[in-house]
Amino acid sequence: MAHGRMRARLKRSSLYTFGCIRPPRESIDEPHQFQGPGFSRHVCCNEPGFHRKKPLKYSSNYISTTKYNVITFLPKALFEQFRRVANLYFLLAAALSLTPVSPFSPYSMIAPLVFVIGLSMTKEAVENWHRFMQDMKVNMRKVLVHTGNGVFVRKPWMKVEVGDVVKVEKDRFFPADLLFLSSSYEDGICYVETMNLDGETNLKVKRSLEVTLPLDDDSSFQDFKATIKCEDPNPNLYTFVGNFEYDRQIYPLDTPQILLRDSKLRNTSHVYGVVIFSGHDSKVMQNATKSPSKRSTIEKQMDKIIYVLFTLLVLISLISSIGFAIKTSKQKPFWYLPRDEQRLYDPTRPFTSGWIHLITALILYGYLIPISLYVSIELVKVLQALFINQDINMYDEDTCTPAQARTSNLNEELGMVDTILSDKTGTLTCNQMDFLKCSIGGTQYGIRSSEVELAAANQMAMDLQDLSRSGTRHGSEIELEVLPGPTSGSSKNRIKGFSFEDIRLMNGNWYREPNADVVLMFLRILALCHTAIPEVNELTGGLTYEAESPDEGAFLVAAREFGFEYCKRTQSSIFVREKHPSSHEPIEREFKLLNLLDFTSKRKRMSVIIQDETGQILLLCKGADSIIFDRLSKTGRSFEEATKKHLNEYAEAGLRTLAFAYKKLEPSEYYNWNDEFLKAKTSINGDRDAMLERLSDMMERELTLVGATAVEDKLQQGVPQCIDKLAQAGLKIWVLTGDKMETAINIGFACSLLRHGMKQICITTNGDMLTHNSNMGVKENILMQITNASQMVKLEKDPHAAFALIIDGKTLTYALEDDLKLQFLNLAVDCASVICCRVSPKQKALVTRLVKEGTGKTTLAIGDGANDVGMIQEADIGVGISGVEGMQAVMASDFSIAQFRFLERLLVVHGHWCYKRIAQMICYFFYKNIAFGLTLFYFEAFTGFSGQSVYDDWYMLLFNVVLTSLPVISLGVFEQDVSSEICLQFPALYQQGPRNLFFDWYRIFGWMGNGLYCSLIVFFLNIIIFYDQAFRSDGQTADMAVVGTAMFTCVIYSVNTQIALTMSHFTWIQHFLIIFSIITWYIFLVLYGMLSPDLSGNVYKIFLEALAPAPIYWLSILLVAVACNLPYLAHISFQRSFNPMDHHVIQEIQYYKKDVEDRHMWRREKSKARQETKIGFSARVDAKIRHLRQKLHKKSSTAT
Amino acid sequence: MEVDAGTTSAVGTDNQPTPVLRGRSKAIHQFTQQTLPACKPVLTPAWVIGTFFLMGVLFIPVGLISLHASQSVNEIVDRYDVDCVPDIFKNNKMAYIKNASVSKSCHRYLKVHKHMKAPIYIYYQLDNFYQNHRRYVKSRSDEQLLKGLGYNKTSSCEPQAFENGLPIVPCGLVAWSLFNDTFSFSRGTKKLEIERKNIAWKSDREHKFGKNVYPFNFQNSSFIGGGKLDTTIPLSDQEDLIVWMRTAAFPSFRKLYGRIEEDLEEDDIIVVHLMNNYNTYSFGGTKMIVLSTSNWLGGKNSFLGVAYIFVGSSSILIAFIFLLLHVKNPRPYVCIFLKDEGQFSNGCS
Repeated sequence: MAHGRMRARLKRSSLYTFGCIRPPRESIDEPHQFQGPGFSRHVCCNEPGFHRKKPLKYSSNYISTTKYNVITFLPKALFEQFRRVANLYFLLAAALSLTPVSPFSPYSMIAPLVFVIGLSMTKEAVENWHRFMQDMKVNMRKVLVHTGNGVFVRKPWMKVEVGDVVKVEKDRFFPADLLFLSSSYEDGICYVETMNLDGETNLKVKRSLEVTLPLDDDSSFQDFKATIKCEDPNPNLYTFVGNFEYDRQIYPLDTPQILLRDSKLRNTSHVYGVVIFSGHDSKVMQNATKSPSKRSTIEKQMDKIIYVLFTLLVLISLISSIGFAIKTSKQKPFWYLPRDEQRLYDPTRPFTSGWIHLITALILYGYLIPISLYVSIELVKVLQALFINQDINMYDEDTCTPAQARTSNLNEELGMVDTILSDKTGTLTCNQMDFLKCSIGGTQYGIRSSEVELAAANQMAMDLQDLSRSGTRHGSEIELEVLPGPTSGSSKNRIKGFSFEDIRLMNGNWYREPNADVVLMFLRILALCHTAIPEVNELTGGLTYEAESPDEGAFLVAAREFGFEYCKRTQSSIFVREKHPSSHEPIEREFKLLNLLDFTSKRKRMSVIIQDETGQILLLCKGADSIIFDRLSKTGRSFEEATKKHLNEYAEAGLRTLAFAYKKLEPSEYYNWNDEFLKAKTSINGDRDAMLERLSDMMERELTLVGATAVEDKLQQGVPQCIDKLAQAGLKIWVLTGDKMETAINIGFACSLLRHGMKQICITTNGDMLTHNSNMGVKENILMQITNASQMVKLEKDPHAAFALIIDGKTLTYALEDDLKLQFLNLAVDCASVICCRVSPKQKALVTRLVKEGTGKTTLAIGDGANDVGMIQEADIGVGISGVEGMQAVMASDFSIAQFRFLERLLVVHGHWCYKRIAQMICYFFYKNIAFGLTLFYFEAFTGFSGQSVYDDWYMLLFNVVLTSLPVISLGVFEQDVSSEICLQFPALYQQGPRNLFFDWYRIFGWMGNGLYCSLIVFFLNIIIFYDQAFRSDGQTADMAVVGTAMFTCVIYSVNTQIALTMSHFTWIQHFLIIFSIITWYIFLVLYGMLSPDLSGNVYKIFLEALAPAPIYWLSILLVAVACNLPYLAHISFQRSFNPMDHHVIQEIQYYKKDVEDRHMWRREKSKARQETKIGFSARVDAKIRHLRQKLHKKSSTAT
Repeated sequence: MEVDAGTTSAVGTDNQPTPVLRGRSKAIHQFTQQTLPACKPVLTPAWVIGTFFLMGVLFIPVGLISLHASQSVNEIVDRYDVDCVPDIFKNNKMAYIKNASVSKSCHRYLKVHKHMKAPIYIYYQLDNFYQNHRRYVKSRSDEQLLKGLGYNKTSSCEPQAFENGLPIVPCGLVAWSLFNDTFSFSRGTKKLEIERKNIAWKSDREHKFGKNVYPFNFQNSSFIGGGKLDTTIPLSDQEDLIVWMRTAAFPSFRKLYGRIEEDLEEDDIIVVHLMNNYNTYSFGGTKMIVLSTSNWLGGKNSFLGVAYIFVGSSSILIAFIFLLLHVKNPRPYVCIFLKDEGQFSNGCS
């Protein structure tokens, strides 16, 4: 609290010139005039009691993102289940099975349905419970709430009510949307981090009404009374309209007075506020769209297959009922078949009987529709999700968070992703800046390489090795230009924000540099040109800096390390402890702060005007290089060339750059200017801002360039490598960020989405255009830009040319409108990388929708903040970065990972596996049910289409649920075409998913055809073998039970052999489950046969007594199982030998141990197994090598 | 800067350090990380050709043996339903079969073509008789067969459940339509003994048909179906009924009638004395008598052997085709990804 009070003395608002000047009071003190609908909210401050009953009862602060509650669970979950056509069909069939129409006994229809539905609902319940627990975690967060008499008590968030006065402490989240009353600062401002709302990391200043300033301690709320009338809850984050009635006065309220839920209080020790919107009324919750239930492409396609099967079902039912009708009408009546009591079968009325038979047939052939498919898939997905959660390679040790599949029904979609839409801050970057390099007076300092350079260097070294081995003669010459590898001893006591390493500047050595005076100026700018506040760390006694942006923090840390420790700030001065090599003790110097021209995204620069101890007035300026270079004086350009070159290199290395400049001011010149500036500042005209800007602009001219800094926006670990791999896997990556364009471009460079030589297409609208032109004009302008760019892309001849599209949020609003969006999308698809900056959360979602719907491909959105929620929910797959504070993104996501780099493994390994597993599993499911179901149909033709089934009811009941389910589940859970390492080494393998090679109609119908073939073989071989002769040596002939059991055994053997052929990865589990399935069938037969005959009927002792001693039974099994699978085996052998797919070849290379014996070949194959890519550092290396070759070629041609 | 060291999904590192674990925890680790030891069979040409060849080599002999076994079975089949109708009824078979006063007795002469070794099984065969019709199959009560009169939940047996207010034992259409042609045989003048015991499954006799259940009220209605039952013999000993109640799977079926337990010599003439009682005329069914020997494979059916030989020779054929294709056009096993297609080319170096 000590430093808190120290700071409270400081009126921060006077530090800023534009951002938070309190405009003179009189100007806009009119209360907002609003009435009628939309503005009905009435909040009685400090009197929550009023809000407990109607009409002022508003929703509580309890939030719930669960799908069901205790009461709604049953109806809602049941409804969800029966939305699946197949389940509805089975429900109907189960209902009909209670009538005599049914060919089966009721239990054999109802039991599987109950089992299947029960399992699915259990899964839903468990998932819902997890959601509930997560909600409760948020709901149980504590906040200080005023309970009367000036006493504040900690209460859980869910107990906070509208009208409550709450006190929020530093680094806590606001529990609801609050009206900001006062803060620990005298002038009632506070800093808010809205990363969870819009992803912006710089702090926002909020400011209370002046009238509430005196309410600055707990006791003053004893009898605070006021009312707020304002707009109704709405999702608009950036507007607020309301009036505040206090002391019989009405004051207008605006956005600066509103603290939004889920934003965080920063740099301010506490604030007081009144709850206006709570719980689901709060703006952030209003923004949250209801989490849509997503279904994967495969599942959608599966529905179509189910419809195909339904058609088949209806078709064969019609055939059999027509057959039945004809058979009954044409046939001379069988005297032994009189009509039954209910007249359902009546030989005298063949057509009525035929209609009734249709229903029977529809139930009978229900086995074509795999009832257990959904539940098996769900089970498999849960297990797959378990593996994803357990993967130790996706476990982040720093934060102790594993990857988490939050909804398991999208696993296979991970293997089909085409476009990744990524947030930047917190996703690609850790939002931590490291001072890495600088260029001072045309000399470069800082020997460490950025991560991007290192990654590229590694890649290059590897490629060159291959090149030189394969005997390319340019190899050695290119090698010369390869960057030095990572420097040793890199991580000795690292300082956060400072990765600089250069002996020339460190430890005061700068003093011995040739241009020490320039360096001194550079270091002073570093230490003085900022708006940060130093804070004493109570533990270590050192200083930490609270800066508006992390860049600034990095500069100050750097300055401190160079010996210019910024230590104190007062209203008018900045104190810097300078450590000069000449003297051992640091000298504390005071610089008078005369003016501060702060940073805006429009100005792209900030300056301070200071007076040093000698009375010299200086303007120190830092800003974007283009801006600074425009403002240099003729004499100040001496280092321009060198600096520009360095800046280009820095940008190429993915660093954020700023140029530093200064100007010496004559006192008279300054004072003249300052007079005008002050005048402008206090003026009450509407164009005050413009005036201030003009004056600042006037001042920031004729500068002298000092140098430039390069700050590494610290990427999350492994991001460039991951992006590279993803690019090689053929994925497109879009970056959508709320950040400024420059930052976004820098990050683009840093993660190799952009590179030197890539043609950048920037589509923007400038401010003037917006104000002066009509809407239509702007649109036309944008359309022109887009068409021009498209033309350019189309006309490009060079196959290696890559384009990058950069578009800002304002432009995007137009580009996303219906008439432009397709052109925009087409252009974007043609570009290698797309960066959208300054986009709002809503726009992120819109862009995602555009990509998803426009291209029809699978999209994945990844982000970490609440601002990404829309996009995460909109995309086919949403991935949240967990481990950081905000949970909104994770809560909305389908998968959460701790680091961006885990995305590679999630997609390339798990996605690939899951896709193939599920695809193969579904195909097999259809196969086995067709193979089984059709035998029922054929048999029916032999029973006069009467609807008799050859199998016992129990066989059929067990077929899907027990006898064939486990191997297919093991296929779905454990199958691996290649191991995870190979998946990562051959990223191109991933393309099998997006191309949907394993679940296209060709393949599906292939499997169905296989099922048809198998059913024919099983049925006809069996009926001919067991036709009418004795089937064993003691003369008995086969009855229906014998034929049925033998046939069923053949089905079991055939489908289990089939799955063994389908699998390519056998652990003991698969072996066990396949054998287990077959053995279970025998165990069941024996046990069932041992039951009393009134339960087992004709199956009584059938196996032990009748079948097992008959050699023909065993011979028929062998024959049928082989005959069923022979064509499939021939087919896959043929395919593998003469038309192999990627994974076949990799398997073979591995099988022949090429990876061990012939490492060179292995590496060559590996390098070829990448998708042609234009982004990522591999592309960068390729481009560089190409460039060098061209140069070499030119050289050699000129030489000859 | 730590680029490679910490990244678990590192780019160029082939060997990831796996934690050293022992015993159970190792197994669990392998399971959760999906690295359980596994065999990954690869269909290499040698393997494929070998498998197909082996299958052929295995199947053809089995087929030959089965075929031989089937060939060694002798059977005599004789359709009698038409010839047993006296000439005057030829155009009105229905009248013949329904007229109780006409003698149904009939003689058939069967010539033995080959020596038939005892036991020789006697079957009756019905064609176009739908014992597998759902209406028919349902119409029985297994529990009543076991428990007798005491059990009266016999609604499935309708309309053959109650007659004159009394329950029918055995109930249902299956029992009601019991086959009732009878056969006796003689060779020359000497009567051939027919063994009619042990023709049904042992389990059926012992556990499915009650030892204390006697036929009751059976075939007492105006509309008589098939055979009648001796009300003094318990159901468990009515083997004809037991065999009949095992419903056949196909509309054409044989059922065991008895055994002749002496050899029949070549060129023997067997005289069959039969009572042609059963009505197949109304629906166009046929009746046959079959004498057949059997061996380990059962009766005469060469299909199994033929199928085995067919499958075996197809797989040898496939093996040869593969061999040929492979010799002519071997695929190099080190191949190249074509970048744009992700597929392989054949002619790669």
